[in-house]
Amino acid sequence: MRADVVLAGVGGQGVLTIARLLAEAAANDGFHVVQGELHGMSQRGGAVQAHFRLSDQPIESPQVPRGRADLLVGFEPLETLRNIAWLAPGGRIVTAIRPIENMPGYPPIEQVLAELRRFPEAILIDAHATALAAGSQRAENFVIAGAAFSLLPLTPGKLRAIVRKRAERWTEREGEAAIKALAAGRAAIGGAEPVHG
Amino acid sequence: MTTTTRPAAGSAADLMLGDDAVALGALHAGISNAYAYPGTPSTEIFARLIREAAAGSAVIAHWCTNEKSAFEGAIGASLAGRRALVTMKHVGLNVAMDPFVNAALVGLGGGIVLAVADDPGMHSSQNEQDSRCLADFARVPCFEPATAQEAYDLTREAFVVSERLQVPVLVRLVTRLCHERSMVRTAPPEPPKPLHKAGPRQDWVLLPANARRLWGELLALQDEMRLANEASAHNRRTDGAGRRGVLTTGIGRRYFGEVLPEMTARPPHLHIGTFPLPKDLVRAFAADLDSMLVLEDGYPYVERQLPGLVPSRCKILGRESGALPAAGELNVVNVRAAFGLPALQLHESVLLNVPARPPRLCDGCVHRDSYAAMQQVIADLGIGAITGDIGCYTLGALPPYEAIDSCVCMGASIGMAKGASDAGLRPAVAVIGDSTFLHSGIPPLIDAIGHDTDMTVLILDNETTAMTGGQPTALPTSRLMPVVLGLGVDPAHVHLFSAHPRKVQELAALIKQEIAHAGLSVIVVQRECVQAARQRKKHES
Repeated sequence: MRADVVLAGVGGQGVLTIARLLAEAAANDGFHVVQGELHGMSQRGGAVQAHFRLSDQPIESPQVPRGRADLLVGFEPLETLRNIAWLAPGGRIVTAIRPIENMPGYPPIEQVLAELRRFPEAILIDAHATALAAGSQRAENFVIAGAAFSLLPLTPGKLRAIVRKRAERWTEREGEAAIKALAAGRAAIGGAEPVHG
Repeated sequence: MTTTTRPAAGSAADLMLGDDAVALGALHAGISNAYAYPGTPSTEIFARLIREAAAGSAVIAHWCTNEKSAFEGAIGASLAGRRALVTMKHVGLNVAMDPFVNAALVGLGGGIVLAVADDPGMHSSQNEQDSRCLADFARVPCFEPATAQEAYDLTREAFVVSERLQVPVLVRLVTRLCHERSMVRTAPPEPPKPLHKAGPRQDWVLLPANARRLWGELLALQDEMRLANEASAHNRRTDGAGRRGVLTTGIGRRYFGEVLPEMTARPPHLHIGTFPLPKDLVRAFAADLDSMLVLEDGYPYVERQLPGLVPSRCKILGRESGALPAAGELNVVNVRAAFGLPALQLHESVLLNVPARPPRLCDGCVHRDSYAAMQQVIADLGIGAITGDIGCYTLGALPPYEAIDSCVCMGASIGMAKGASDAGLRPAVAVIGDSTFLHSGIPPLIDAIGHDTDMTVLILDNETTAMTGGQPTALPTSRLMPVVLGLGVDPAHVHLFSAHPRKVQELAALIKQEIAHAGLSVIVVQRECVQAARQRKKHES
């Protein structure tokens, strides 16, 4: 049992936080885990990428090789597209659809989404609207996390437990919104089968 | 091949960054002191130490003005018989080379471990220099962990070796290891070393007579260092089929491990985790080989040592031979290619090209005001030389501002502005951040004061070390002006400007006024970093 995941988004979206929480959930579930990321320049509103590998066997490379990701998790549609080379044949995509246009030459969003829809297994989620409905637009990353988590071969509830523990440091409202957003993300996936490498 | 550890009930294992593992390894080795200057990807080592200190660990962990000062602090701790950790990024070691090289000569008391984070691929650095070469230059051992677990274990072991040999030991990390989270099993901590002044004095005073003797002793130790590595469990040979061998160092082993299942047979393999290179081990490994592929992240450091060690028929393949790219990181793609494995089919975007999303200055960043003002100055006066420096404000080189001409190394803006002005390229303006100014900007400013050079220095003071995540600067803003004035810049040409987006015109006018002055001027442009302000308000609420 193994799964290779690449997460992509824009600095400030909480991509690294979610990568870390997913890794903690998988480790808590007894898996070997490697989760890699880059800090520094990427935090200034630039492109951010994180890697997360889980396996019941020891893991070698610190990074998911290009062409090997079972799951590509996108927090922003253009960033999802930027990382498409990581996706394995038959790999799954879960992506938010709201563009973050903090750069010159952002293509028309319809074109970006059309490109993503070429992948039959892509799941496009209006994470922004879902997060608002859950009580906080800042919980957008937790909607995506909930969706991504339900596609991983992990025990249901593990991520929620990790987030609950983490939420002890947040305001009550933030914590509640995050938990609600996780559930909303899970619901957005429906009954899709988990990925496995 | 041991790589990751599975979480096990009851063991002291935690998911942590490679950087965290170094911090805990040092803490559990009983360090009393730790010193650092922030630099990606090393910063999180120290962030962890500071958190541990705040949580009650009896360790003194101080951010320093620069890496040289940090290393010297560690030598002082060693003189006191205590163990000390120093951390920095690779280019920081250039700044700390003087104390580092000479610490190898003195008779250390407590162990000194220097953790250096190299950045192959230059994710957030100006070069990809390989610190293993600098450990070699100083004639001291270098440990190169492959995993976060090894980072923990080797950091602890490095203190023992440092004290046994009385030399600093360098732990060489790379970005992917620093910023990789995996399970690390820790061991019971050792108590700190008692205060005990190291001696004798003739082993610490590097007058030529003493230094000649100590240099001889260091050279005599080289064989002992190597022999320890010949027998080290971190240097392992694994038999395999065929006559095409693989030598890996550090994280290179993991890319080999990743592609191994796709190979028809396991090739003979030698992994090296500690330097100086165990030459006998390499010689014996190479004896029956026809070729040896070297997988090392960084320079061809081992590859260059192989001619003469391996039989002449054994072809050496690596980053220097062209079997792997000479620049950039190792990764599964280039390692696959080096083994002749077919490239994987990759998806691509067919309908549109994905434009770059470069990092940018935050909305509300004080540097935006400074660069908007500089744009007006450039438009009005034309460009002589606008020398930049290292920090968030380096992004001023990119559109939309394109307002600086150079970024070379910490503090270079001021020395370069002086040289450019001396050579006749005027107006000469240096742009430097507050933390970078304190790090390396003061000595060149003194040079400019000494000659009343016709140049203008803009110190962009955002009250923090922003680029690396907001570490405190060595001196608060309130003490920056007294430093500048105390150095002796003419007070009539020193200004403190509180920046505001509405005051861009006023700032541009001030810069033009000081450029018109045919001598040295310093303008401190001040406003708190927006990210730091956000953090501060969060803490306060």
